[in-house]
Amino acid sequence: MSRIHVTTTVNGDEVEYLCEPRETLLDCLRDHVGLTGAKEGCGTGDCGACSVTLDGRLVCSCLVLGAEAEGKKVETIEGLADGDTLHPLQRKFIEHAALQCGICTPGILIAAKALLEKTPDPTETEVRYWLAGNLCRCTGYDKIIRAVMDAAAEMREAS
Amino acid sequence: MRYHTAASFEEAVAIAAAAEGVTRFLAGGTDVLVQLRSDVVTPDDLIDIKHIPGVSEIIRADDGGWTIGIAVPGAVMGEHADLCRDWPGVVEGMELIGSTQVQGRATLVGNLCNGSPAADGVPALMTAGATVSVVGPNGSRTVAVQDIPTAPGRISLSKGEMITAVHLPARAEHAGDAYLRFIPRTEMDIAVVGCAVNLRLDGDVIIEASVALGAVAPTARLVPAAAEALIGSTLDDAALSALAEAASAACSPIDDKRGTIAFRTRVAGVLARRAAGIAYDRAKGASA
Repeated sequence: MSRIHVTTTVNGDEVEYLCEPRETLLDCLRDHVGLTGAKEGCGTGDCGACSVTLDGRLVCSCLVLGAEAEGKKVETIEGLADGDTLHPLQRKFIEHAALQCGICTPGILIAAKALLEKTPDPTETEVRYWLAGNLCRCTGYDKIIRAVMDAAAEMREAS
Repeated sequence: MRYHTAASFEEAVAIAAAAEGVTRFLAGGTDVLVQLRSDVVTPDDLIDIKHIPGVSEIIRADDGGWTIGIAVPGAVMGEHADLCRDWPGVVEGMELIGSTQVQGRATLVGNLCNGSPAADGVPALMTAGATVSVVGPNGSRTVAVQDIPTAPGRISLSKGEMITAVHLPARAEHAGDAYLRFIPRTEMDIAVVGCAVNLRLDGDVIIEASVALGAVAPTARLVPAAAEALIGSTLDDAALSALAEAASAACSPIDDKRGTIAFRTRVAGVLARRAAGIAYDRAKGASA
């Protein structure tokens, strides 16, 4: 079966890979690009662990084909921190202990970042609905919500 | 599996018409790729239609009618203030599908062509009087949305045919629509019952109405008797009771893990009453 040559931009860097037609963007990021931050939880778009943004739009990378990323801009968890300086969301997740096993964390951070870019001052209800597609089996969600609200407040003050 | 990117509807139709095995069109992929990954449906030919000019646009014509491109995701519909003002029920039905992530990809036409009786995007399209443009090897036609689904997972398009756009009519004055569904939680679930109502007022009196139910029959369906119960009324108690009775009477649901026949039949009436109330308030000027 012929492989597809894809040129795309990941976290600002131009990236090329060869993929099978049925390989997902998640597979391509992890296996061809070497970025293993996005996780495969369910593989069917229910859990959000594979969340990335595609041309700025939050998506499940398990429900995007690698071939579809041609010419697009992909942002993953690896692009969140600025060098050694953590993103406010990352810092607040640590401060609030908003994670335990950590599998869901990259997806939740990417999803939360997308929310705060669109809605810098969300209500708790808005945060909960926005993150409804990000499942976490450890925390019970409460600390995650508090960390996002706190990060949002800090980011509003800084801007 | 062969992955094609079509540059035009003609090219997409030509690939689909010439294909010998299983063919799927790829827009948002939130059903197609789930079915692919879980080995339910493995297409021989997968035709990505997102590169066709115009498929990502929402256009309001001079006469007020809307054309929604087949690759427009739910999130983009929800961000379109004018579309939300004209057809809040259509938009809220679409936006109930899946998570934020799914909304970034899922499309109305995908929801329609997946053929689920519980498709949240479909009932409000029916009550809006929406049509779709279809092209195929034998030319083009316009089809009412209610004539697309034929059975669970089945639609009326023939081999090589594809939908190229969704059309919503111009929104009349003093009119409103609404969609409600019942699920046992608040998010991320499939409708046990769905109900859309679209109506138009003259003063306080309903002069046009349309009611559709989802998840209570092999396809989402219009319920003319329920619409009749509303027309001529001011949404008084008698009209609401008649509406609920007609909605429940139109149900022929299944028993499954999400709801029993008796539950679905009863809830259809309850949702019809509530959706009619919301549509009525919107027709009176309440914003969604």
